[in-house]
Amino acid sequence: MSAMNRKIIKALAETISKKVEHNKTETECLIREFYVLLGEQVSPGKESHGLDKGRFRGILHSMFGMTNDMMMDGFRAFDKDSDGFISLEEWIEGLSVFLRGTLDEKIQCYRVYDLNADKYIAREEMFHMLKNSLFRLPTEEDPDEGVKDLVEIAMRRLQDTYHDGQVSVEEFDEAVKEENLMLEAFGTCLPDASSIEKFEQRVFQEQLEQ
Amino acid sequence: MGQTLTRAAQWTTSTSGSGKLESTSVNESLLKEILGFVEDFSSKHPEEAALLFEEPLQWSTTLEGSDFKTGYDIRDSAVQSHEKDGEGQPLLQLAPPDVSVRSFSQLSQLLHLAEDRKLKELQTCLEENRDPVAKILGPSFAAHLKREGARPEVLSPEEKMTQDDSATDSNTKIKLLALIQNADKQILSKLVEEITKQAELNPTAVKDEVELLKQRCTEGEKKLLKSLRYTSDFEFSNGCRSPLWRQALGEMCYLVIEPCDCETLYITCSIAGVFLNGGRTQEADESGYEQTSDVYEDLVTLLRSRSPHFADNINNQVFAVQEPLSTQKIQHVELVDGEEQGQPQRSSEKQEKNVHEKARQQQTVNRTGGKKKYEPYLSKAEEKKPRKSSGEKKRLEQGAKTKMKTGLPVSSPGRLSSQKNEAEDKNPRKSSGEKKRLEQGAKTKIKTGLPVSSPGRLSSQKKKSSAGVCGEHFSDTSSESEEEEEQQKRHPESNTDPLSEYWQIQKLVKYLKRADQTATVLVLCGLMDFDLTNEACQIAIRDAGGLEILINLLDTDEVRCKIGSLKILRKISLNKQIQWSIVDMGGLQSMVKNLDAREKELKALAAETIANVAQFHRARRAVRHNDGIKKLVKLLDCGPNSTNLNANLEKDVEVARCGVLALWSCSKNTKNKEAIRKAGGIPLLGRLLKSPHEDMLIPVVGTLQECASEENYRTAIITEGMIKDLVKNLSRNNDELQMHCACAIFKCAEDKKTRELVRKYKGLHPLVSLLSKADNKQLLAAATGAIWKCSISMENVVIFQEYKALETLVGLLMDQPDEVLVNVVGALGEFAQIPANKATIRKCGGIKLLVNLLTKSNQMLLVNVTKAVGICATDKDNMV
Repeated sequence: MSAMNRKIIKALAETISKKVEHNKTETECLIREFYVLLGEQVSPGKESHGLDKGRFRGILHSMFGMTNDMMMDGFRAFDKDSDGFISLEEWIEGLSVFLRGTLDEKIQCYRVYDLNADKYIAREEMFHMLKNSLFRLPTEEDPDEGVKDLVEIAMRRLQDTYHDGQVSVEEFDEAVKEENLMLEAFGTCLPDASSIEKFEQRVFQEQLEQ
Repeated sequence: MGQTLTRAAQWTTSTSGSGKLESTSVNESLLKEILGFVEDFSSKHPEEAALLFEEPLQWSTTLEGSDFKTGYDIRDSAVQSHEKDGEGQPLLQLAPPDVSVRSFSQLSQLLHLAEDRKLKELQTCLEENRDPVAKILGPSFAAHLKREGARPEVLSPEEKMTQDDSATDSNTKIKLLALIQNADKQILSKLVEEITKQAELNPTAVKDEVELLKQRCTEGEKKLLKSLRYTSDFEFSNGCRSPLWRQALGEMCYLVIEPCDCETLYITCSIAGVFLNGGRTQEADESGYEQTSDVYEDLVTLLRSRSPHFADNINNQVFAVQEPLSTQKIQHVELVDGEEQGQPQRSSEKQEKNVHEKARQQQTVNRTGGKKKYEPYLSKAEEKKPRKSSGEKKRLEQGAKTKMKTGLPVSSPGRLSSQKNEAEDKNPRKSSGEKKRLEQGAKTKIKTGLPVSSPGRLSSQKKKSSAGVCGEHFSDTSSESEEEEEQQKRHPESNTDPLSEYWQIQKLVKYLKRADQTATVLVLCGLMDFDLTNEACQIAIRDAGGLEILINLLDTDEVRCKIGSLKILRKISLNKQIQWSIVDMGGLQSMVKNLDAREKELKALAAETIANVAQFHRARRAVRHNDGIKKLVKLLDCGPNSTNLNANLEKDVEVARCGVLALWSCSKNTKNKEAIRKAGGIPLLGRLLKSPHEDMLIPVVGTLQECASEENYRTAIITEGMIKDLVKNLSRNNDELQMHCACAIFKCAEDKKTRELVRKYKGLHPLVSLLSKADNKQLLAAATGAIWKCSISMENVVIFQEYKALETLVGLLMDQPDEVLVNVVGALGEFAQIPANKATIRKCGGIKLLVNLLTKSNQMLLVNVTKAVGICATDKDNMV
């Protein structure tokens, strides 16, 4: 790595670290990780699109052990400007929530559940997300009954105040604060503690040793 | 009782209609079991025992009027109980030789009165009431009970609704029904155990044969049979699938076989051999057990004689089949072993990774699968066998076989449904019984990555444990009588319809059995929406087999599932019966494991639940044996005590609080006290004693006062400077906290140093002030006790006098429970060491009150009274 690049990364880290939970060194590590993942020549100066959807899913799977296809659309939560790519800043901000996020920040995983991005989680969206979560019995009369019941539980918890069959971010927020288990109600979209630990260890430790 | 009586009991065939119970060993042990159940019933289940029978049980008794004592109206030879129903009819009526009884409480009382004749009484009662359950619960309930394998949950709601006018009544009935069913199962399984001692049921041979034949059901032109399945997916721990009462007759399982060229065959496999039956299918009807053919030595022989197609083909194939099967099995094991060691044998790189993953997940599956805890309860002899390894191996084989048979490249865990469908297409034997179910179950687990047991297994565990667990429950409660005194917590029934809640809960629990992680958490949230402190809800969860699932969840890696599970467990574990069940299922072990989890919330919940469960000796011992005491003590280390904490420290404090709660429950066991001390718990408790929060102080002081029965602790309480804090907390306005503090001082103040310290920290005045709280007897007993012990030092008596303690104490000599009186009189004895006080006692009218107490029977009290009276008698004025 050239001295030039190192300098640029340092400078970048300086600015970005102010916005996130990570300190400068850690941010630097995350920046490096980003470029490694991008698989491109480390050239922070060069304009780059960032991580595309496919690669992002791969990362979620391999690094955080997240497997649910639908939920791997955490992409939408990361890709804040919705340009189809995750830029360096989006990457670090997203990871910051992943690794150190407060409950309020994590509640933003709501965006993952809002499949059509209309700011509401509708009953149909819930159904869609939950439809494979119960192993079906071959004898079942109405195979959807269980899933419908799950949606009912969720609706009851999420307090659909207007009874319009959809849940707003405020309602979601309120319900999660009452019962934290509702945070990932419709599928795992945040990494668990052990994979976070592994990731931090790998990215932060390794690079410090360098 | 229903099944036991109608099926297992050996009746003489009599033309007169009312049969007699033959005097066989089976009947004898059966009667003893029932006797045990009925005798203890009213003490264990007072609420259910009070329920009126639909019809009275009537029989001719050998008891006479003179056998009845208090609680009965005895006129000439006729007897009526004082206990009456709503219409004033007595619950027990005797007009020799006929007796009629209308509730369990009367029934067990009667049996107690019968003393050595009770077995005979019970026998006559059963002989003359051939269907007691129908009389007790009414015909429709009993009919339900008789339906084989039936459990309360399969009773349709309408059926129940029509029975009873009031919801609570039916609620009690359901509970009674469940109790009877459990006892029924328990007795039957004991009986089977006894019988199997005489004649070994050996289902392995049958199982092997069935497996072999199953292999030949699928393969195109060569197939021997169209299909073959067991009638029941549920397998008992002894390998049998027939209901317990049929096992008692030597029957092991039932098969439905469709041969290629003739009608469906319904087959019974028994010890004697195999034979056709009258069409036993899955439906729980009673007909169809009877033998309708000759007995054949094995299945192949029977099939040969019935199906020409089978006979033609089996000759060519059977050996060819046997060979590859056995080698195949060995290969499977090796294959899986290889995977476990991380040496995937797939060629493509992608697959390699997946196999790896699968193997890893399978390990977790096996871990949970292999060590199922409930199996040992059915047979004590089997308990010692190393089940774990054999179970694990079997599972491995099955898991591996699935892979081989379906021949699928192992797909990534993400693509669930496709894999399932594909597997099913290639394997169109959906109905082929348990094994297939297991395979599918294993697949699901692998797919979802959530090591919850497969539906098949779970349901079997459910039944197994309910029989086993209750067995333990009944036998143990009777052996640990002191535990029974611990108050069973009963909660007011909520106003919502108990029946509909019952069904909803059952439904949710059933979902849990086939839910992935996300659905599991949602269902758990759904369960939390119920009033889990309501006993009906607690029982509903247990009856549906929910406890097993909740406990199994604790062994997974899914933090959210664990948290959800514990949030439910901590509430339902307030129920005594549930506590027993949890302990029997090894639930404490799983909870203890979570005490050193990374997540604070999880630790706190686990500790809180342990605190609720550890309400009896065996549970407390289990905590210690699983190294729980050490782990709990570790939780106490939570940093500084302070009123303003940030969120993180607050969590630590909560963890510590739950840890103390658990230690408090555990500390009622002497060995645990020692274990807490050894784990370094005392200084940590001392630190927490400085906490400003009452919800922390109560369990801390509670634990300390509990442990202060030990010399070690009393010394440590002084050396760690805890007396000061105990005294300080005496003045807090919280009855419970004050009570524990006073109690701790009571126990420690035998020691002179403690008495001096209490005085030094100005604890004597607060103790006297507590005497004004005469309504709270526990508090009063603790306070008077502390005063008594502190008054052993004369310096203290002088100070007590400044607060007019003596006058107040004399005032307490009337209308107080013995616990209080013992201490009050003890204190008076000490006070009277000072001559002036003797006069005071007299002036307050204490002498007469003391003398009155001499008529009491409490020994401790008498010792103290005589001592006090003796000292007072040294004053001549007192003798007047």
